Amino acid sequence: MPHDHHEHLSPSRHPFRADNDVPLTYWQAMEIAVRELLIEKGVTTAAEISGQIDTMDARTPANGAAVVARFWTDPAFRDAMRTDASAATREMGFDIGPMKLIAVESTAELHNIVVCTLCSCYPRNLLGLPPDWYKSRAYRARTVREPRSVLAEFGVVLPTSTQVRVHDSTADMRYIVIPARPAGTQDWTQEALAALVTRDSMIGTGLAKSPKALA
Amino acid sequence: MGEKVRVRPDMPPGHIRTPAYLRGKIGVIERTLGPFPNPEQLAYRRQGEALPLHRVRFTMAAVWGAGAEHPTDTIEAEIYAHWLEPV
Amino acid sequence: MGGLDAGDVPRADHDFALWEKRVDALMIICSSKGHFTVDGLRRVLEDMPPASFDEMTYYERWIMSIAQNLVEDGVITNAELGRRITAVQQRGLTYGEAAHG
Repeated sequence: MPHDHHEHLSPSRHPFRADNDVPLTYWQAMEIAVRELLIEKGVTTAAEISGQIDTMDARTPANGAAVVARFWTDPAFRDAMRTDASAATREMGFDIGPMKLIAVESTAELHNIVVCTLCSCYPRNLLGLPPDWYKSRAYRARTVREPRSVLAEFGVVLPTSTQVRVHDSTADMRYIVIPARPAGTQDWTQEALAALVTRDSMIGTGLAKSPKALA
Repeated sequence: MGEKVRVRPDMPPGHIRTPAYLRGKIGVIERTLGPFPNPEQLAYRRQGEALPLHRVRFTMAAVWGAGAEHPTDTIEAEIYAHWLEPV
Repeated sequence: MGGLDAGDVPRADHDFALWEKRVDALMIICSSKGHFTVDGLRRVLEDMPPASFDEMTYYERWIMSIAQNLVEDGVITNAELGRRITAVQQRGLTYGEAAHG
């Protein structure tokens, strides 16, 4: 079988969790079995699977950050995002496929946060794979009921004058939060602005970084 | 803002895309999307009937009562048309 | 699951293991080829016993659901899946050994 180039380091340059060396679990054996059977039956190929992994690995929060930075600086793009965010991001090269993207804009008066109580829906093409906490029982159960308490755990405390709006991603929509643009960034380039946009700020569990934080 | 609606209070078994915590609650339609094929049928390998999908906005007070964490905060969720009734 | 009582949000993250990325890839590939819908995947996940959410990891539940959906679609049978799992387990003690059989 051809050598799979994925097997040494992950894209973040960390070694994969040492699963290669730990005792095989039943579920890992199932994955191997399913994959081999599907290849033998001609449903897919090793190259197709490997290619799909590569495609997924290339998707990182940098994609979403580029969208946010452009939203902040390009009024025509902002309007396009408000009309049809799927089309607007597709033109940037980020295709959301059959899903529909909705951008929700946070301001000083309104803070948006996204959760999927029914499963783990997430704008993967813009943010990569969802973090474990997004899929946890605690996040999915509590965010719709006590978002401020959840936000406090993430270090975000909002004044009572700010409304918190929770988006429960129940159907085929995928949400990206456009965080409030930090003060003191008026003439910044899109590239510099993108560096302020964290993954968590695009889910709503964080805020964009302030210029002072980079100093 | 749109029409005031109530989520049906039904509690059927099986695959349902309307979260249990919203059943019986009253909100307003924020926007209408779709139509989309009914996922409750797709989940059972049936053809999904095309249905409008409504984004509905609820106040936290409407969902959790006066004792909500912050009664004027809001929740928005996508609800298929067959789960909504007029108020 | 919305609104149920739960503890603190566990913040520790992990780099995804190769087998987990393969599960994800199989889900995308098989659903895009029409062998099942995401809705069917969710339905099988929801039908799992409640304890499975806490006793199985996210990708363990996903490979279970993918396998079940493929059986429902007639692509594989539970019997041949069972035979292949046994064969895989006999190749070696680690994922690395078993995946290279």
